[in-house]
Amino acid sequence: MANVTLRNVRKTYLGGFEAIKGVNVDVADGQFCVLVGPSGCGKSTLLRMVAGLETVTGGEIDIGGRVVNQVEPADRDIAMVFQNYALYPHMSVYNNMAYGLRNRGMAEAEIKTRVEEAARVLELTSMLERKPRQLSGGQRQRVAMGRAIVRQPKVFLFDEPLSNLDAKLRIAMRVEIRKLQRRLNTTSIYVTHDQLEAMTLADVLVVMNGGQVEQVGNPLAIYEKPATTFVASFIGAPPMNLMSIRQDEITSQLGDGRASEAGILGIRPEDFVITDQTPVGGIALPLTVEAIERVGAETFIYGARAHDEQRIAANPGELPPGEVIVRIPGTEAPAIGEKIRVAAVQAKLHLFSSDGRTRIEI
Amino acid sequence: MQKQAIFQARLLPYVLVAPQLAIVLIFFYWPALQAVIQSFLLQDAFGLSTTFVWFENYLELFRDPSYFAAIVRTFFFSFAIAVSSLSFALLLAVMADKPLRGSILYRTLLIWPYAVAPPVVGVLWIFMLHPSLGVLSRYLRAMGVDWNPLLDGDQAAALIILAAAWKQISYNFLFFLAGLQAIPKSVLEAAAIDGARPMRRFWTVTFPLLSPTIFFLLVVNIVYAFFDTFGIIDTMTRGGPGTSTVTLVYKVYSDGLLGGNLGSSAAQSVILMVMVIVLTGIQFRFVERKVTY
Repeated sequence: MANVTLRNVRKTYLGGFEAIKGVNVDVADGQFCVLVGPSGCGKSTLLRMVAGLETVTGGEIDIGGRVVNQVEPADRDIAMVFQNYALYPHMSVYNNMAYGLRNRGMAEAEIKTRVEEAARVLELTSMLERKPRQLSGGQRQRVAMGRAIVRQPKVFLFDEPLSNLDAKLRIAMRVEIRKLQRRLNTTSIYVTHDQLEAMTLADVLVVMNGGQVEQVGNPLAIYEKPATTFVASFIGAPPMNLMSIRQDEITSQLGDGRASEAGILGIRPEDFVITDQTPVGGIALPLTVEAIERVGAETFIYGARAHDEQRIAANPGELPPGEVIVRIPGTEAPAIGEKIRVAAVQAKLHLFSSDGRTRIEI
Repeated sequence: MQKQAIFQARLLPYVLVAPQLAIVLIFFYWPALQAVIQSFLLQDAFGLSTTFVWFENYLELFRDPSYFAAIVRTFFFSFAIAVSSLSFALLLAVMADKPLRGSILYRTLLIWPYAVAPPVVGVLWIFMLHPSLGVLSRYLRAMGVDWNPLLDGDQAAALIILAAAWKQISYNFLFFLAGLQAIPKSVLEAAAIDGARPMRRFWTVTFPLLSPTIFFLLVVNIVYAFFDTFGIIDTMTRGGPGTSTVTLVYKVYSDGLLGGNLGSSAAQSVILMVMVIVLTGIQFRFVERKVTY
């Protein structure tokens, strides 16, 4: 049991490349913290710094009230689950789990109790004598989990542990990990590039980009009030529609000077309704339907705006310029080529400064 | 799915493999057959008459204590060469595997000795350790060692083992380095987090994961020590002093070409041939089995 605090943590490689540019995160005892961001954003590097596998070139990493910058991984009392599981291929499942305990000089009887308990929880009891290569991907994943939990460490670290599993198993394991963490109540830091995984697992969500933290907070709070256009387009699928506002019809609709500070307007696909009305203080857009995607419970409408050049570019999960996604429930949808009008109420509008770095509250 | 190419012409495949077959037949099977035939023959001292003696040459060999001594010596040399060059190469590979500046340079330098031909290796070591010419011999004597491998059989044996092992280190190093780099980094990181110190990590994770490489190299090194050390022995000691560095291969040469006993020499080659076949068989069987841990 411990809290993890990162104070202005930095990582600069020998060549001068700055991978982590000053990160401040506070994970309270027993919380599940998820680091999410596109590949290359430094989230894995940051996790490996907490684990002690990468040196810290600036700032402090504090685990349970002790600064661990110079402490060996073995002495940090952490356990880590790797993306490729990193099981010891020459050891049986039992020995894989027992290895860390033996290294710490625990009595064999106690080791046996702990490993068998972990195996029972993870439904690995019948596989204890097998070698990793005789296991399926999901089973290996569970052994890696088992190896972490038998140690009863202060902190669990997960480095994209589900990305090698197929979609169905990934969802099942996601739920398992969350249940297990709730039950053990061990502080956890989890790295993923999958925003859905991040949203569903996190108590505290840390959105990273380019070695910096973009936003920290409760996942739903981040979803509802993204601090930057990066967060707005990264969290949520399909991504938020981002449009520049100034000259065109949107400016005139927003009126009363708010738009003068803002440069970018964001509206989530699900916040649009197809209507001829314009809500007071809200916004309406005429669209030409270009494509329809029906996925059963909901339908995505890809529409083109009249002023194509107004689309904001250069964010992950990006739409082509001038395109707007509208998400409506059910399967009723307009025909392709039809001209429709969509509207969103004022409470659902997100305004950002022109550089996308600041959110402007309406 | 069709995985094999089908030749329409009947003659073409045979024409294509003919050059290779010709080389194998002329340079391998023909001499091997000659050796087998020769091993059943006995020539008189002047080479005037030849008689067919069945297995007499072989029986003679097994009754000969010097042949038995050569067998024991060869096994001892092989063992000593394999163990010393393997362990030293592993040590170097572990150190070279660390991410250090200029690693490519010293990795390259460590591989160089493999390009040196065995007789040249012999000459190199002679220049260093010859009792009267050798650079190092002076220091050895200055330290009070009575160093004279030309007279002392044990020292001569040590010299051969040293030179032969040194040459083989590069080859072993190359395989060990590749083996070490094939071990996923995350497995070692997991062991580090699991509380294993570097030495324990090496013996409980790295070493077992290298075991396929170690076994492969053990066979290769034994074959090397059996056969390829001829050049080193011939340049350094010529089997002497006495017969203290005569291995099975060197005995084939000295009995046949120097001693003129072609029948016995041929019988010895046939025995060696059987040994090679056995060793190669072991190696092939092993290479087929990809995973051993």
